[in-house]
Amino acid sequence: MKQYSQEIRALTMRWVRRLSREKFSMLFTLVQPMLFWLIFFGNLFQRAADLQVTQSSSYISFLTAGVVVMTVLNNGLAGGVDLLFDKENGFLERLMSTPIHRTSVILSRFIFVTTITSLQVLVILAVAWLFGVHPVTGLAGVATILLIGMMFGVGLTAISMAMAFSVKSHGDFFSVLGFLSLPMIFLSSALVPLAAMPGWMGFLAQFNPMTWAIDAVRPLILQGWAEALPHVGMVIGVMVLFDAICLYGGARAFRRAIG
Amino acid sequence: MSRPVAIDVSHLGKTYDKVRAVEDLSFQVYTGEIFGLLGPNGAGKSTTLRILITLLNPTSGSARIFGLDSVKDADRVRQTIGYVPQERAIDRFLTGREHLELLADLYHLSVDDAAKRIPQLLKLVELEPQADRPAKTYSGGMKRKLDIACGLLPDPKILFLDEPTLGLDVQSRLRIWDHVRAMRERGITVVMTTNYLDEADQLCDRIAIIDGGRIKALGAPNELKVGLGGDLVSLTVREHDRVEKLATAIRDLPAIRAVTTTTNGLDIRVDSPEKALPAILDAANRLTCQLEFIDYHRPRLDDVFIAHTGRSIKDDQPKAEDS
Repeated sequence: MKQYSQEIRALTMRWVRRLSREKFSMLFTLVQPMLFWLIFFGNLFQRAADLQVTQSSSYISFLTAGVVVMTVLNNGLAGGVDLLFDKENGFLERLMSTPIHRTSVILSRFIFVTTITSLQVLVILAVAWLFGVHPVTGLAGVATILLIGMMFGVGLTAISMAMAFSVKSHGDFFSVLGFLSLPMIFLSSALVPLAAMPGWMGFLAQFNPMTWAIDAVRPLILQGWAEALPHVGMVIGVMVLFDAICLYGGARAFRRAIG
Repeated sequence: MSRPVAIDVSHLGKTYDKVRAVEDLSFQVYTGEIFGLLGPNGAGKSTTLRILITLLNPTSGSARIFGLDSVKDADRVRQTIGYVPQERAIDRFLTGREHLELLADLYHLSVDDAAKRIPQLLKLVELEPQADRPAKTYSGGMKRKLDIACGLLPDPKILFLDEPTLGLDVQSRLRIWDHVRAMRERGITVVMTTNYLDEADQLCDRIAIIDGGRIKALGAPNELKVGLGGDLVSLTVREHDRVEKLATAIRDLPAIRAVTTTTNGLDIRVDSPEKALPAILDAANRLTCQLEFIDYHRPRLDDVFIAHTGRSIKDDQPKAEDS
């Protein structure tokens, strides 16, 4: 157990060091494109969006939950990229030839991605705060939002790592990534509530785990515990299932790649 | 003569997606030697190496490293070996020292042990001045040195090197060879893959020539060359009528393997040129047989490779005709 924690700590520190070596990358990791969605999209559609439909005091306050979950989505799906490069340049082989527990590499990645994502979510909530979006459930609500984000992020990171271990080249990886992320966003309740979507999009969006996550985060920001709790309970159940499936698939891909 | 065995490979086979990368491979590596797996790209040598370092499981047969099975005892095997992958297996953003610190944790070294060993290794591979610079600033040779330091960090009994000098300039290559020899001096068994004939010839104590996933020849480079039938001495004789007489005289000399008559002289296969050449010249003198030309040709490893695989190691380059 002592050895296991020594491995995981060292491997996690490697990710932290890598990030800290690139000052720009670190800055843009925290202040990232998702903020533009919040600031520009949120303000742009302020008057175009029907607040009766979004049932919120402003479009930006409606959008905040979407942007939070979009951040988790993007980070999660990109979570395997570094392992992909490790695989391609042989560093992964070097790590795997050492007497470490096979899961240490993956676990370190989960820890790192989850931590970074949580920090980003906090930055987004802070910026939203500046635009007058104050989560009605307070700090406990924010903690719950982080928990939901982490649970969703674990599954997504597992998908990303499974892809990283399965694809032939990083070109394939980025093609799939680019192809996946926009439909995931549009076919969810991130930008528009399900009820206001065209029937077929709303139908598809119901099956998107992102929708479940957003539907739990949104009432935590806009409405309050009474509204949020049933959704939170539901999303935790859904995410346990989602994570289990993703982790199973990820573990299989990992075993196939590592042997 | 029995030497202690470090690695025992028995009927090893590996099939990927119905393609047989390695087939029925059996060989032993003795402790304290530099053992080379020589072959062209795609011959199966990297697959073999990956099985030995527990990164791949064989589909048939077994590999034992100091008696430990590469699959069942993988974790214990990993504790006894060091591995130097092909170039670039380096994190550009980490410094040389940080690489070693990371690996020290992965090998579960205590803080004190790591603090002792890391500076020693940096000194050994002459990387002290650059130890705290990010690896992206390193030259190819420096990266290779860092690779080797990483491979030595666990203080391994066996070090595996995958194409250790691929893409390096001549000077860096010679340095790496020195390092590899120094490891042997320290009692470390070294197993390396290479597709350079001169590297296999000059650096390795014994080699296995692998082609098409099978071992074609196994032994010390010199043995393999001698096995071809010895060095070749070609004599061009001025007086053709004396050739037969000379051939008879030479046949009985020591260190002579075979004598064949050619159109204008003799081709003589010899075991040891140091003994054979003076004797041949002496015989020619005694018979007052004037020699116009003497050509002495030592079989190269390339000849061995061609003799056993039917082609040159650089399969895209047709072998120049020897006349």
